[in-house]
Amino acid sequence: MEDVIIIGAGAVGAFVARNLSRYKASVLVLEEQNDVGDVTSMANSAIVHSGYDPVPGTKKAYCNVKGNAMFPKLCEELDVEFEQNGSLTVALDDKQFAMLEGLQQRAKENGVPTRLVLTEELFKMEPNLNPCAKGALFCPTAGIVNPFTLTAHAFENALDNGVKLRLGEKVVDIKENGGVYSVKTTKGEYQAKMVVDCAGLHSAEIASMVEPVEWKVNARKGQYYVLDHFKLGFVNSVLFPLPSEKGKGILVSKTTSGNYIVGPSSEWNEDLDDFSTDAATLANVKEQATAMVPGIPFREQIRVFAGNRATPSTHDFIIEPLPHHPGFICCGGIESPGLVSSPAIGEHVVEQLIAPFLKLEEKKQWEPCVRKHVRIASLPMEERNRLIKENPHYGIMVCNCEKVSLGELEDELNRSLPCLTIKAMKKRTRAGFGKCQGGFCQPKVLLLLAKKLGIDPTEVKYDRDHSEVLEGRSK
Amino acid sequence: MEKRDLVIIGGGSAGMAAAVAAYDKGVHDILILERTEFLGGILNQCIHNGFGLHEFKEELTGPEFFTRFVKQVEERGIEYKLSANVVGVTKDKVVTYFSGEDGCVEVQAKAIVMAAGCYERNAGAIGIPGDRPSGVITAGQAQLYLNAYGYMVGKKVFILGSGDIGLIMARRMTLEGAKVLGVAELMPYSNGLERNIQQCLKDFDIPLYLSHTVTKVIGKGKLEAIEISQVDERMKPIPGTEKRFEVDTLLLSIGLIPNNDLLDKAGIEASKTRGAKVDSRMMTLSAPGIFSAGNVLHVHDLVDYVVAEGRTAGEGAAAYIKGELKPSEEGILTEAGKGIGYVVPAKLDLDAPGDALEVKFRVSRPSKNVYVVYSQGGVPIKKILKLAIIPSEMEIYKLPKNLLKADGGPLTVSLEPKEEK
Repeated sequence: MEDVIIIGAGAVGAFVARNLSRYKASVLVLEEQNDVGDVTSMANSAIVHSGYDPVPGTKKAYCNVKGNAMFPKLCEELDVEFEQNGSLTVALDDKQFAMLEGLQQRAKENGVPTRLVLTEELFKMEPNLNPCAKGALFCPTAGIVNPFTLTAHAFENALDNGVKLRLGEKVVDIKENGGVYSVKTTKGEYQAKMVVDCAGLHSAEIASMVEPVEWKVNARKGQYYVLDHFKLGFVNSVLFPLPSEKGKGILVSKTTSGNYIVGPSSEWNEDLDDFSTDAATLANVKEQATAMVPGIPFREQIRVFAGNRATPSTHDFIIEPLPHHPGFICCGGIESPGLVSSPAIGEHVVEQLIAPFLKLEEKKQWEPCVRKHVRIASLPMEERNRLIKENPHYGIMVCNCEKVSLGELEDELNRSLPCLTIKAMKKRTRAGFGKCQGGFCQPKVLLLLAKKLGIDPTEVKYDRDHSEVLEGRSK
Repeated sequence: MEKRDLVIIGGGSAGMAAAVAAYDKGVHDILILERTEFLGGILNQCIHNGFGLHEFKEELTGPEFFTRFVKQVEERGIEYKLSANVVGVTKDKVVTYFSGEDGCVEVQAKAIVMAAGCYERNAGAIGIPGDRPSGVITAGQAQLYLNAYGYMVGKKVFILGSGDIGLIMARRMTLEGAKVLGVAELMPYSNGLERNIQQCLKDFDIPLYLSHTVTKVIGKGKLEAIEISQVDERMKPIPGTEKRFEVDTLLLSIGLIPNNDLLDKAGIEASKTRGAKVDSRMMTLSAPGIFSAGNVLHVHDLVDYVVAEGRTAGEGAAAYIKGELKPSEEGILTEAGKGIGYVVPAKLDLDAPGDALEVKFRVSRPSKNVYVVYSQGGVPIKKILKLAIIPSEMEIYKLPKNLLKADGGPLTVSLEPKEEK
């Protein structure tokens, strides 16, 4: 019997697990996908929002602002790429400019520092902005993060500290009997004193297995373009248009790897498991982004993708026990700003809802840091050569576009967090993320995975089940 | 810092030809840096024949073709490093590379030949609508899996784009027992060499859908089906023309892009092809001593021309190293006029060897009975009648120097219809 079972290995599950790993407790994480952070935590804008936008007094506002403040230290401990480059909410006409004051007022209520930036300074900060821009609201605490390593390294750290993880197991039923929860999956059955529902898009569905819930989670799709790292400084801060009832609008931002991201759209999606893109929506994204930044070089496009926001019917995050099952904690409807909020949600759930309930005792020793992940191409010359001398595989580049070495790939296969698929390796190391999209490196990654996992190359999956790349041997 | 006369980036056909040519012109301190485990570049996976008709007057397979150049490199004792990946080039000609044996090394070169080849345009670049399952794969990657590693990527195949690699793979996978259900080409004409359309599609009864594109990819894990639609003259899909094919593989053969990142990031000006702007000796206009040749400059249809271009670059680099070639402000800039996609080189150099200067270009769309008109400063200096001209074939014309004036303004290549009588 476990003390706690966490259902769902996205960003929220990751920080619940990591915070729980500080305590003397047995913790098991169950995930349907073949990797952690493989759904909403993977397909989003990767922005560490400042928190000026959520309605004051909501859980969203609280978790966003608190989460934002946690990022610098957290990303240091977890060795995650993070840059506090600030955000600019850009007014393109006088009417919008007048609205900035209202946004600033809301920011103040949420305790978020902001500053109005007028044209001269604005165009110095962002030379490629539409010359019509009248001014912008600058939020210096906003930033960008690598969303893939954020979730992965938080799990790695949790696993290093004793948490257990089972990938590829979908929860199909939960029964409660005398305060003990039996969680049945596609592969087994597990018991625990508490369950934390971090199932994202499926969180209402999971909670309903225990008792009917009044809230619902609807999928709101967002579609994006990703551009290559063609040039430094095309945009420097995260650029937002004025927010509307549909959300924060189409942003233009750089990513922590120097790429540029443009999106997301916002459309209701009846199928929670549909991540398709469509030409008309993306054309609209392009049009709106171009209104803010006219010269976006879309010929540098290397990828389009879509994610589904887990939008709650209650308009706020649901972070509470089920009314009749105090041992079952819901973390539902964690839509944007979910990524930045996840560390705060994890802390709140563990400190306020789990530790007191189970009367958990803190471990005397707890390791907050992951073992450093080498990124050879970003190191200074002497450091590169010291590492290559120790392990020549750091000198053998596998991914040409993103400059990822064999040593880096092998290191990911020697960690507590499993790396089972081509996509998982891509998310951990960036191999295959570049302009050729794995055209040259994918076979090398695939064969390395087969060798290290002890499976046939035809069994290596791209990401989910039945996504094998190879059909069979040639004649 | 290590010093070298000539550093060549890429050990494929262009790089090896450049090395051999530079050596034969008296520059012997040469280092070829090749990122894979083999010399030969992309020809390592091109096991079909058809290479070398111009160069050797015989039909060779890819490996047979490049092996002859490996032999020339080895006979001359030219040094090459394998698994040596160049990560940086500066205008001052410092090359940084990674290797397991040497570590991360900076080399100061007197001249550089960039010969890093090209890469395939892929699903992400064109944003094919629909899901993103496994099974949507570039034709070259499928070829790599098949010819280098011995694995098939699928059994029921559809191909988007009629580029040559796709056509070659249609035949290759059919021979391996796969069923190729069709090829969709966005343009109203095919984009591969005529011989490949005949030998790889028609001979196997594989239908070619011109003016069609893939409008939906369906599949959560592995590809399950695709939908193609006819497009109008503005390339927009026409509703109601959808056709569905149940396939496990969608091969993409939708174009090749020069792999010119290193020169781009060094701040060397690029042309329409995305390769660097060069002169008649293949020397970049923005960085004297840095040359570029082969598919990293512009995508070729035949390796024979890649080799010839590599040789020009190698000879130019040797001349530069020996002080015989001074960068000059002079020269005749070239322009792509009506009906022309691009022109290489960007500048004609009247001091380059020979009585004629090569002008290479591709047309934007197929035409019949047209004149290719070469004009300088707006005045036609040469007109050549072409009965048929197509984008998939690179045109090379040796323009006699005596037709050009040093101060006559830019040279424009354009198409002009032949007047009907």
